[in-house]
Amino acid sequence: MTQQPQQHAFNPYTENGGTILAIAGADFTVIAGDTRQSEGYSIQTRYAPKVFKLTDKAVLAVNGFAADGNMFVKKVKQRLEWYRHAHAKDMPIRSIARLIQTMLYARRFFPYYVYNILGGIEEDGTGAVYSFDPVGSYEREACRAAGAAQALVQPFLDNQIYFKNQTPAPGTVFPQHLPLSTVLEIVIDSFTGATERHIEVGDGLEMYVVLSKNSNALQGLRADAHSFQEVTSTADGERVFVIRRDLKKD
Amino acid sequence: MNSLVQRFSTSSSTPLAALHKAAKVVTEEDDDFSDAAWGSEAGFGNIAKGVPSFAVPAVADPTAFLRLHTDDHADPSCRIKIQHGTTTLAFRFKGGVIVAVDSRATAGSYIASGTVKKVIEINPYLLGTMAGGAADCQYWETYLGMHCRLHELRNKERISVSAASKFLSNLVYSYKGMGLSMGTMICGWDKTGPSIFYVDSDGTRLKGDLFSVGSGSTFAYGVLDQGYHWDLTDEEAQELGRRSIYAAGHRDAFSGNTVNLYHVKEHGWEFIGNYDVNKLHYDGPGNVAGSPGHGYGYDIRVEGLSSANPPVAAAA
Repeated sequence: MTQQPQQHAFNPYTENGGTILAIAGADFTVIAGDTRQSEGYSIQTRYAPKVFKLTDKAVLAVNGFAADGNMFVKKVKQRLEWYRHAHAKDMPIRSIARLIQTMLYARRFFPYYVYNILGGIEEDGTGAVYSFDPVGSYEREACRAAGAAQALVQPFLDNQIYFKNQTPAPGTVFPQHLPLSTVLEIVIDSFTGATERHIEVGDGLEMYVVLSKNSNALQGLRADAHSFQEVTSTADGERVFVIRRDLKKD
Repeated sequence: MNSLVQRFSTSSSTPLAALHKAAKVVTEEDDDFSDAAWGSEAGFGNIAKGVPSFAVPAVADPTAFLRLHTDDHADPSCRIKIQHGTTTLAFRFKGGVIVAVDSRATAGSYIASGTVKKVIEINPYLLGTMAGGAADCQYWETYLGMHCRLHELRNKERISVSAASKFLSNLVYSYKGMGLSMGTMICGWDKTGPSIFYVDSDGTRLKGDLFSVGSGSTFAYGVLDQGYHWDLTDEEAQELGRRSIYAAGHRDAFSGNTVNLYHVKEHGWEFIGNYDVNKLHYDGPGNVAGSPGHGYGYDIRVEGLSSANPPVAAAA
C-alpha cells in the first residue's frame, strides 16, 4: 500500500438550529427565542436559552453555533461589567451595538458563527432593535428574525409589523407602533407557526420584554394572559420581564 | 494599591507638587493600568490601542479556512453568509457630487435586508459607499472616520479626499489576500473642490468623475453615461442618480428595495431622500426637484401603442 497524502480540513463550526426575533415598540422591545438545541436531526436539549439579559435596558439574542454564541455572550457581559466598574452606570444600547460590532469584527479572520439581535431601550426612551451579521455589520431596525426559520418568520413580520403588501382601509392609516399585547401575540404566532413548519424549532419559547421608564405598555394587558416574571436588577427605571411558554415538542 | 491612593488623593501641599503629580499621572497612565482595567476600552473593542488586532485560526492556511466557511460564491452551502450584492454610484458635476445607492443586502438568494444604509457618513464632509462585504465597509470606513478626526486635531485642517482615500487604500492593501471584500467610493469636498476616489480591497485607487460599483453597476452605467454631463443642474443631477439606481434595481436581482440619495456641496453633504424602487416604477419620485412627474416604468411610454396596452378610449 502506498501512503496517500492526508488532508484534514479544520472544521470548528456546527449549526444548532433554533430561531430568534425582536420587535421594537414605541416605549418597549420584545426579544424572543425558542429553547430547542439540535445538531442535524438530533435534539441535544429542549432547554438551552438563546436570549440573555445584558443590562436593564439591553437584551441580546444569539443564534447559529451555540458554543460560539455562549462564549460571545460571556465576553460581552464581561466588557459591560468593566464598563460598569469604570463609569458607574450601564452602557447605553447604541454603544453596546458598536461594542458588539468591534468584538465581532475582531474575529474577521476566524469568525464567530453567530447571528446577533440586540433589543432594548435607547437613551431617549424609544424601543430599539439592532441586528448583526457574523462579522459585525449592523443596522437599527424595528423588527428582525434570524436563525433556522428566518425565511419563514421575517415575511410574516414584514406583513404584520411593517404592513407590507397591505392597503389601509379607505380613510385610515396603519399605526406606526403596535401595543405590547399585539406584539406579544405576533411573537407567539411567529413561533407556533415556525414550530409547525420547521423541524429545528420548538420545545419552549422565552420572550423578554424591556420597558422604558414610566412606560404604561403593561396597562391593558390581561394579568392572567401571560405569566410575567420580573427580572429587573437596578432602580434605573427600565424594567425587564421574561415570559416562558411551551412550544410543541415533536 | 498605595500608588492608587496617591494618584487620586486630592490633598497636595503646593500647586507645584500638584502639577508634578499630574504630569506623573499622565506618563504613568499607560504603564500602570491598561485602559481595559478601567473599562474605558469599552466600545473601542480591538482598536483601543490604535492599531486593531485580529484573531486568526491556528491552521497552516488561515485564508483557505476563511474561504472554506464564508465564500458563498464557491460553495452556496457554506455556513457563514456574508452579506453581498449592491448597486452604488457617484459622479462629479459642476454642483458638487451626487451619491446614490440601493438598499438591498442578499445572503445567497435570500434578501437579508431591504433597508441597508450603504452610504457611510464618515464625517460632515466625507461620504463612503458600501459594496462587497457589509462589515468590511462599515468597520474600515468608521475607522477611517476616526483617523480623519485625528488628522484635523493634529493639523488644524480638514483632511483632503485624496489623503483620506489613500489612508483607506493603504490600509486595505496591508490585508491583501486575507479575504477582505470592499469596493467603495470616497466622496467629498475639499480645497480642490468636489472629488471622488474609487478604492477597493485589491488595492486599486482611482480618481475620477464618475463611478458605479456592484453587481448592478452595468445597468446603472447605462443610464448614467447617456445622461451625464458636467453642466447638469442640481435637480437634473439628483434625478440622474435616482433614475440610474432605479434602472439597476429593476434589472439586477441582487439590487433594489430603495434608493438613498446624497448631494455633496461646498459646505458638506446633504441627505436628499429615500425612494422606494417599486414606487419609482409606478409613480415616480413624487413632488421633488427634478421629478419627471410620472413613473420610470416603460408602461407610460408604450401606453396606447399596442393591443396589449390599448388607448384609454378604446378600452372603455
